[in-house]
Amino acid sequence: MEFPVASSPHLRGGNDIQRVMGQVLLALLPGVAALWWYFGWGVIINLGLAIFTAVFWEWVVMRLRGRDPRPVIGDLSGILTACLLAVALPPTLPWWQTMMGTAFAILVAKQLFGGLGYNPFNPAMAGYALLLISFPADMTRWLEPSVISGHSLGFTEAWNAIFSGIAPSSQGWDAVTGATPLDHMRTELSREHLISEIRQSPAWGDFGGRGWEWVANWFLLGGLFLIWRKIISWRIPVAMLAALALVAGIFWVIDPDIHPSPAFHLFSGAAIFGAFFIATDPVTASTTPRGQLIYGALIGVLVYIIRTWGGYPDAVAFSVLLMNMAAPTIDHYTQPRVFGERETQDE
Amino acid sequence: MDELRHPIWDFHGGLHVDDRKALSNGSPIRQAAVPKRLQLPLQQHIGRHAEPVVEVGERVLKGQLIARASDYVSANIHAPTSGVVTEIAELPIAHPSGLPAMSIVIEADGEDRWAELPEPIADYRDTDPADLRERLRWAGIVGLGGAVFPTSVKTNVTGRKVDTLIINAAECEPYITCDDRLMREQPAQVIAGAEILCHIVGASQILIGIEDNKPEAIAALRETLSTRGPDNIQLRVVPTKYPSGGEKQLIYLLTGVEVPSQGLPLDVGMVCQNVATAAAVADAVLQGRPLISRIVTVTGQAVAQPGNLEALIGTPVSDLIDQCGGYRPSIHKLIMGGPMMGFGLPSDNVPVTKGSNCLIAATAEESPDPVKASPCIRCGECVKVCPAQLLPQQLYWYARARDFDKTQDHHLFDCIECGCCAYVCPAHIPLVHYYRFAKTEIWASEREREKAEHARRRHEFREARLKRLEEERKARLRKKKEALAKKPEGGKDPKKAAIEAAMQRVAAKKAAQASAGVSPENEKH
Repeated sequence: MEFPVASSPHLRGGNDIQRVMGQVLLALLPGVAALWWYFGWGVIINLGLAIFTAVFWEWVVMRLRGRDPRPVIGDLSGILTACLLAVALPPTLPWWQTMMGTAFAILVAKQLFGGLGYNPFNPAMAGYALLLISFPADMTRWLEPSVISGHSLGFTEAWNAIFSGIAPSSQGWDAVTGATPLDHMRTELSREHLISEIRQSPAWGDFGGRGWEWVANWFLLGGLFLIWRKIISWRIPVAMLAALALVAGIFWVIDPDIHPSPAFHLFSGAAIFGAFFIATDPVTASTTPRGQLIYGALIGVLVYIIRTWGGYPDAVAFSVLLMNMAAPTIDHYTQPRVFGERETQDE
Repeated sequence: MDELRHPIWDFHGGLHVDDRKALSNGSPIRQAAVPKRLQLPLQQHIGRHAEPVVEVGERVLKGQLIARASDYVSANIHAPTSGVVTEIAELPIAHPSGLPAMSIVIEADGEDRWAELPEPIADYRDTDPADLRERLRWAGIVGLGGAVFPTSVKTNVTGRKVDTLIINAAECEPYITCDDRLMREQPAQVIAGAEILCHIVGASQILIGIEDNKPEAIAALRETLSTRGPDNIQLRVVPTKYPSGGEKQLIYLLTGVEVPSQGLPLDVGMVCQNVATAAAVADAVLQGRPLISRIVTVTGQAVAQPGNLEALIGTPVSDLIDQCGGYRPSIHKLIMGGPMMGFGLPSDNVPVTKGSNCLIAATAEESPDPVKASPCIRCGECVKVCPAQLLPQQLYWYARARDFDKTQDHHLFDCIECGCCAYVCPAHIPLVHYYRFAKTEIWASEREREKAEHARRRHEFREARLKRLEEERKARLRKKKEALAKKPEGGKDPKKAAIEAAMQRVAAKKAAQASAGVSPENEKH
């Protein structure tokens, strides 16, 4: 009798890329739900726009390359990129900007480099950086969380805002939008206000901005789910948040009047979301165990530096992109000790 | 009890796979029928192939030497039954390539008559280890765990100090149960073999490492051990985790000692032998019997009655399947060896060899066909499971890019090809295949380099020889010249000397005529 022959092993674990990406999408749900709760339907419309754009361009690229687009779209990596970008965007961003950012992420940051697995930069963050540099005003105009404004954006209001640029309130944009907590803190500090004064504002919660900190909590929940499911390792998020908290803590201890607390840094902006969902992108991150600690920690340090002394209020996107460049070098110098190899000096 | 006193050192990585041993471990070992025709490949072991010492048409008896080890690292092959040698030719062997190899074919006569065998060595403790090794060498014993390295070579520890003999009873690959059944049914044989091996290598203690998924075998060994006096043998139960039966992994589990990268257990004073090898050693020493049969697990969901058969070397795989009730209709693949490290057989018309520990008739569900690989997403799952603590995805990138120097920088040759990385890879990349490819390419280029080096040396030698010949010729000529030049005094040319001599004679004649008053005629005018 004749049989087909294949290379060993002849058994296969049940893991595949679609499952990995699917689990990450699942883990995004609590955070997305929280965003929807505090910022309304614009979040959902952004997600839809980004997913549509990502699928469309992946399909086009695969067609141009003469390949079957279905497995590439089906691995969910493009959809995940779209979702990661969309949740980072302001909920009333004009539709074409969302689409432009997504198209850049998929076309330039991912497919031009050869598609999944070959991109040196995190595609979602590349798209985000492009939008932030190109449209800084739109990108920093966030809605006030509903707990502050007392108004949650309905579907029609969000739709009109996104597609027609119509302000959701009769009083114009200023009535419903405001600076993000990080932006606010930054501006007020530059006006030489003390943190104790700044925090008098009703916009502040326990750690960071009201509403905002809860969004961070729900993303944290998703991140812990990913660690529990062994989709991501604890190393990068823990190293990144610990480094951020440590650096923030040092300055805070030196002078708590002008340096926000470590908790503020952790629960503001994209720190939690970035630590669990962005920095852990396996393709662009460091892969050796020690390398992941270094990679994560350096992102945390860069986030603090850029937030405090840089030109932008938040810094996760830039920090991650900068460290993406360093990842291969970090991997090179942090190869684990091979079984049976003589103990080396560095640990 | 023993294992409670001693810690077990857990190795990095590894897998918990459904072991599927219950398929075949329930029934006793059966004697497989003697086939009509046996095919014995000359290469069943690591090293050089054996040289036939019989001719076509010759009658052979059971246990008679039919092919002799042709080198130090090589192994004898004996006739598994009595009969006639009908063919010595290239025939199909158990290899994924399906390529044939030189084999001896014996047509069995059904008498199964033994040849004269060497005397048993009952008092092996008083026998020189070298003589015992000679016996193992005669018996053609090789590592029966699947590695098939000649045992007489592995136990030659001359000049090295060995303190521990490790007996590998882990049988960590899923499906395989031949060692399990052997230990349940012949524990005394295993222990006896272990003691002989211990004497040969001069070890002071024996550690038997067994996975905890074989409670019956553990009980059987324990019972045997309890009835014997000395307590230099310890049974240590290790947790079931693939690949605990890897030589270096088992040594680490039992002793906490890491065998050096690219080194041997001997470098840390240990020798490791498989249980079935130990039993074969006992056979060869205590009975004087050569290795002519082995226990083969025939299993998988696509064979009717899975079980263990003691089969003569050279029995066709199809015979064993038939004796296990034949294939079920769901048959999809046939695997020789374990499902993690074994290889696919393109056909069942091949013989069982010394290393054939298991045959798996797998359904498509059990052993799915490879799906199209996706790109590596560098998720690092492979790093987590690699028992050699390598960076499999890095090795893959470099192997794929044919950057073989980099693969060696990343310790390619520490890879034991256990398959854990490929098992967990979400991109379904056949990683082990890439590592084998890289290793083969490196070996090939090393051979090329050696060849080139050889050719260069030959060229240089030829140049040197020609130069030497030329110089010798010149030297000879010079000598001749010198010899000729020395003969006439004054160093004159012999021709000139002859002419001068002639002229002198003429002048003397003239002078004589002149003094006689006769002037030459032409001077008259």
